[in-house]
Amino acid sequence: MTTATADSVGAGKRADRQVPPRAYSILDLIGNTPLLDVSGIAEGLSPRVRLYAKLEGLNPGGSVKDRAALWMMRRGIESGELTEGKTVLDSTSGNTGIALAMIGAALRYPVSLVLPENVSTERKRIITAFGAKIIYSSGLEGSDGAILLCREILQKEPERYFKPDQYFNANNPQAHYESTGPEIWEATDGRVTHFVAGIGTGGTIMGTGRYLKEKNPAVRVIAAEPEDALHGLEGLKHMASSIVPGIYHENELDGKVPVPTETAYELCYRMGEKLGIVVGQSSGAALYAAIQIGRDLEEGVIVMVFPDFGDRYLSTNLWHGWVDWAKKRRSR
Amino acid sequence: MAVQIRIPTPLRRFTGGAEEVSAAGATVGTVIEDLERQYAGIKERLCDDEGQVRRFVNIYVNGDDIRFLNSLDTSLKDGDEVSIVPAIAGG
Repeated sequence: MTTATADSVGAGKRADRQVPPRAYSILDLIGNTPLLDVSGIAEGLSPRVRLYAKLEGLNPGGSVKDRAALWMMRRGIESGELTEGKTVLDSTSGNTGIALAMIGAALRYPVSLVLPENVSTERKRIITAFGAKIIYSSGLEGSDGAILLCREILQKEPERYFKPDQYFNANNPQAHYESTGPEIWEATDGRVTHFVAGIGTGGTIMGTGRYLKEKNPAVRVIAAEPEDALHGLEGLKHMASSIVPGIYHENELDGKVPVPTETAYELCYRMGEKLGIVVGQSSGAALYAAIQIGRDLEEGVIVMVFPDFGDRYLSTNLWHGWVDWAKKRRSR
Repeated sequence: MAVQIRIPTPLRRFTGGAEEVSAAGATVGTVIEDLERQYAGIKERLCDDEGQVRRFVNIYVNGDDIRFLNSLDTSLKDGDEVSIVPAIAGG
């Protein structure tokens, strides 16, 4: 029950979030995240175009990756691949690592993660706080370097590990097919016309997109992608220059919007001041893509994913950039 | 003055696949100019229209971020190692 009395358009109108008031495991609090109407941030859109952001930062591990990690671990236990005595091992750019470390702690499995050494300090510390072990790969090689190092480690002692393998595990998109997709469908009363998400592994966009298209084949599924191989949209992949995840099928998308890093950063800064939410750069990228799509529409309900909040990037370029941006703005 | 530059995967298409190249210059800025002479197009990836390092590009000299040194004016000596480090891609 919400009791907000602020007179903003959506405040207090409904409480979509169905998290249990009392939980016996942190895992019971994964999913059921709310949609936030962010239409007010975009200028020049038809009043009949609405933009909604799914606030995945409200998952207990702080990101959308809780869903994929939970599904992969649970199915691993059910199938007998993850058994007592095994260590969970995967490569990650950070958020999946946090999710696996959290779930590993809750289910009492040891977790080892391969991360590029330049991953943000906040992420490293959160992972460590869950008791997981970090193995560093070269920062120059990015997340592809972590993928390759993880494969090497696994090859040496395959019997010791359970590798969720987020880039190739069908339970990653399945998590979104079974949770993110239905939540969006219900929260919009089936009125969603466009779904926008960035591509990290491709799990979110593939699974959610598949579900929404089954409910209504007219739903357009569009990816936000860094416009260049060298970019600052941490968490997102530029497919043409990356190891393409096995779960990613570009032919299932209706389009891709190339996103310039600096514009995505600026949208993050603006959302902080205009909407009261501080989000990570991949959310800025999703919003950029959603606005581009919205400008061509007379009417539509565009739902995008905001994968996490900005507090885990305070030591990264996103916030170094904020300082420059704030200075420039003051001098205008 | 010759320094070694470590090139990240997304920029190796400019260096013919080389992971490490050498360039001449007394500051990070002049080294980038020399890189541009050798590998046309690379500077635009690193610097914006005003010639400043792009917000999302990290350049390190012997492991220290030039943002906390003298930015493009950071001086270099023979044998220094300059690394260009990309953001972390997905997953």
